[in-house]
Amino acid sequence: MTALRVQVEGIGLWTPQATDFEALRRVLGGGATAEPVARPAATALSVNERRRAPESVLVAIEVASQAVNMSRRSAGNLACVFASAYGDQATTDYMCRVLAKTPGELSPTRFHNSVHNASAGYWTIATDCHAPSSAICAGPASFGAGLLEAAVQACAKQCAVLLVCSDTAGVGPLGELIGCQLAFGSALIISPAADERMPQLNLALVEDAPRHPPLQAACATWMRDNPSAACLPVMAMLADGGGECVVAASAKRGLLVKMEVSA
Amino acid sequence: MSVTSPPLAVTAYTATSAVGAGLHAHLQALRQQRSGLRPNDFSAAPLPCWIGRVDGVESQPLPHDYAQWDCRNNRLAWLGLNQDGFLTQVHAARQRYGATRIALLLGTSTASIGATEEGYRRLTEDRLPDDLHRPAIHTPHSLTAFVAAALDIRGPCLTISTACSSSAKVFASAERLIRLGIVDAAIVGGVDSLCDSVLFGFNALELVSPEPCRPFDAARRGISIGEAAGFALLERADAHPGASLHLLGCGESSDAHHMSTPDPNGLGAELALCDLFGRAGIDAPHVDYINLHGTASQKNDAMEALLVARLFPNSTRVSSTKGLTGHTLGAAGIVEAAITLLALREGFVPGNAGVNAPDPACTPHFAWRNEWRPIRIALSHSFGFGGSNACLAFARATASVNA
Repeated sequence: MTALRVQVEGIGLWTPQATDFEALRRVLGGGATAEPVARPAATALSVNERRRAPESVLVAIEVASQAVNMSRRSAGNLACVFASAYGDQATTDYMCRVLAKTPGELSPTRFHNSVHNASAGYWTIATDCHAPSSAICAGPASFGAGLLEAAVQACAKQCAVLLVCSDTAGVGPLGELIGCQLAFGSALIISPAADERMPQLNLALVEDAPRHPPLQAACATWMRDNPSAACLPVMAMLADGGGECVVAASAKRGLLVKMEVSA
Repeated sequence: MSVTSPPLAVTAYTATSAVGAGLHAHLQALRQQRSGLRPNDFSAAPLPCWIGRVDGVESQPLPHDYAQWDCRNNRLAWLGLNQDGFLTQVHAARQRYGATRIALLLGTSTASIGATEEGYRRLTEDRLPDDLHRPAIHTPHSLTAFVAAALDIRGPCLTISTACSSSAKVFASAERLIRLGIVDAAIVGGVDSLCDSVLFGFNALELVSPEPCRPFDAARRGISIGEAAGFALLERADAHPGASLHLLGCGESSDAHHMSTPDPNGLGAELALCDLFGRAGIDAPHVDYINLHGTASQKNDAMEALLVARLFPNSTRVSSTKGLTGHTLGAAGIVEAAITLLALREGFVPGNAGVNAPDPACTPHFAWRNEWRPIRIALSHSFGFGGSNACLAFARATASVNA
């Protein structure tokens, strides 16, 4: 296929034991993980919205803000793609429990928080963003499929795109079945390759299964416990300044990601 | 910043909703203005409202090879895929391009959450029952993963879940993938099935009508929720010079206003139309017909009537067809795209079903009854929760536009 060439203008990351990209960089370099933090700050949301928003939205908003701040772009005209393998499992668990017993008591706020594009909605409202927003899913391949979707948008429309990929821990019977055990989110601001001082990614669909150089034990655990942590091989390349890996883009296809070391 | 996108050929399309399975049933229902809505008989303790339920969804399990995905939503998908020779068309495209050169992009708002709801009604020691203890059906990707396996599609494979704009936005993603040469063709579509989450959820928001929905009626009382499945096959127009129906372009935007109500000024909707006009190389006076979002909620219809009056000349005819199908949520985009394509193919404007007394905000653009007239260019509007807007433009291929 035609390869896509994009540059990375901003990076965001949040999981309880690494609350930004610098913290991840330390873990990738062999440092100890930090003491777990309970909730992301998500200061882009107003106090009211922060209170109404579920954890899934707080994680997505936190990493989105980090990436936008690093890129120094305005969020107000930035197209965005929010990816998640499972959406908000805690809200789904709540909804299904109430519907099974007392459906008439369903909370309207928790219903509107249950849509897969809740994070995209909160984000565009908080940042007064009128650019297109999307919410996508591709099961365990959601990060790779989201990266492809965001890169295609950036190249087809010649614009910068915010990609967020996040999942939170499951609870109840659904949590038992799915097995997603921690919160993890990442964000990238990508745009068509133009400035060689920025990290450049070459993307191509391949038949290959996912592969990447070995990562620290903590990262391997996060990848086991949360499908959105599938971004970590790409994050490691961005931290190292080069390399290549294959992330899943669907059940059948991989996305080969190559990062050229800048001259 | 707007980049005009070349048109794509729509080489196959199909829809299954409460009015029936396949395009012929839809055309008959449109011609006769026959509604598929019925009193709610869905849940164990049904809300007193009307629904658009598809007959026969439950009766046919999925073929054995796809048993891990068997659930009501995916049965509706399978029923939809088996209409109008769609599977044959997909097979031909797979032969022509190869399975890796075709993308699959489907929209859904709730996927197979109905199966998760059922599991929670039958918990044993706080565990999902054995027959539903299948991860494949308890994720938002359930529908697309099933359809990818059933059609043996190996290109990019994505679920778009932006509430009621989901299966309109799939056209925009498909167009970009084809334009950049990542794939040669794309299967787009969407499926949403009735479930307690949406029936009781929209009821909690006081958006469900106790009577059959009446889009753009002065006394409208809310939406009637429906279910549907629809699919379309998109290919490069230059590869299909004989194709009579084209996708001219797609426009997208965000309201940045409220999670569950549209911006009353319609700013987001207007931005989506501006994006669409730029990409399709058309302008408002070129538009002969618009299939409106027209949900029969107070706020959507008020916003959309003002939008039509503000942007379009009187020669543009408009209507909502949700009085026939109900609001099929994540499937509304594809069902109404199929209705828009039928209107282009047959040369008629479907009437705005369900109205007794039009809202005074409605201008003479509204087609309250069917009108027989040639249509060259037609739009479909889809506006969703979270302020997610998508508008599509289709054309009869003979149209020559002087933009």
